[in-house]
Amino acid sequence: MAVALATVWIRNLFAATMLMGIFSLLAASLYVLLDAVDVALTEAAVGAGLSIILMLGALVLTTSREKVHDARHNLLALVVVLITGGALIYGTMDMPGFGDPQAPAHQHVSPRYTQESVAEIGIPNMVTSVLASYRGLDTLGEVLVIFVAGVGVLLVLGPGRYRRRHRGPGKEQE
Amino acid sequence: MNPHIVLRVGAKLLIPVIVLFGLYVQFHGEYSPGGGFQAGIIFAAALILYALIFGLETVQQAVPPGAVHALAGLGALLYMSIGIWSMFAGGNFLEYKVLLADAQLAETAGIILIELGVGITVATVAITLFYAFAGRARPGHDGD
Repeated sequence: MAVALATVWIRNLFAATMLMGIFSLLAASLYVLLDAVDVALTEAAVGAGLSIILMLGALVLTTSREKVHDARHNLLALVVVLITGGALIYGTMDMPGFGDPQAPAHQHVSPRYTQESVAEIGIPNMVTSVLASYRGLDTLGEVLVIFVAGVGVLLVLGPGRYRRRHRGPGKEQE
Repeated sequence: MNPHIVLRVGAKLLIPVIVLFGLYVQFHGEYSPGGGFQAGIIFAAALILYALIFGLETVQQAVPPGAVHALAGLGALLYMSIGIWSMFAGGNFLEYKVLLADAQLAETAGIILIELGVGITVATVAITLFYAFAGRARPGHDGD
């Protein structure tokens, strides 16, 4: 929480990127505590690793100082944010207690996944069997989203300069 | 070359281990945490580390961008072709158990194959993103 606030407050974008990495790492350790090891591995690899590298790459292309805007605060924006945040917090009031066995999430298809997936699929990691078999179509959607994201970046930024034949004077900089 | 000798030697020691760990996460995902998404990122991380230390050109000679783009499409294609294959075999889209005679074995095989497709696509898209960003860095900006 403190790290998240510092990320918002700090003006130096390089430091903010580093703080985001720390935040991801803390979130990953929280997932480990909650026994969601698959999610933790993803958060550590994607959130703390790759996205930070990509943001640093973007910072190299642009600038590492945030532009300081006019200090007058936008009242309308504050009201909208407060209302949205209040509605979201109000929504969490209806949620079942943590670990409640009567929660809807534990009633519908979960018993079937937890009790029969090992016999049906034959692999011990339930997360994998739900992800890849029961919800295979969703995972296909995720893969296509990633693929389309890659295509989009290529279309916007270009395929990178190949620079294999023509080596400019900037070659030795790294 | 000389000022970063520790980085170079350290990276040379680390990168094979990272790649090996990526393969472990990919193909051991049925038994332990992991799977295609995580393995793809770990795989890409090994390559990005190499690029950060030895330069983008060196990596692009070993792993040319064209091949990376082709593999990104191929991974998604592998995933979808498994689904269409199961339709031809008489089941629903992505219903693996019709692929082989033993339903349980077929489910496992289908999962391993689509996870492979996921891993290929995620790794290559991550590398593509890195190439796209790093390839545009101007010589004046030394930041990587």
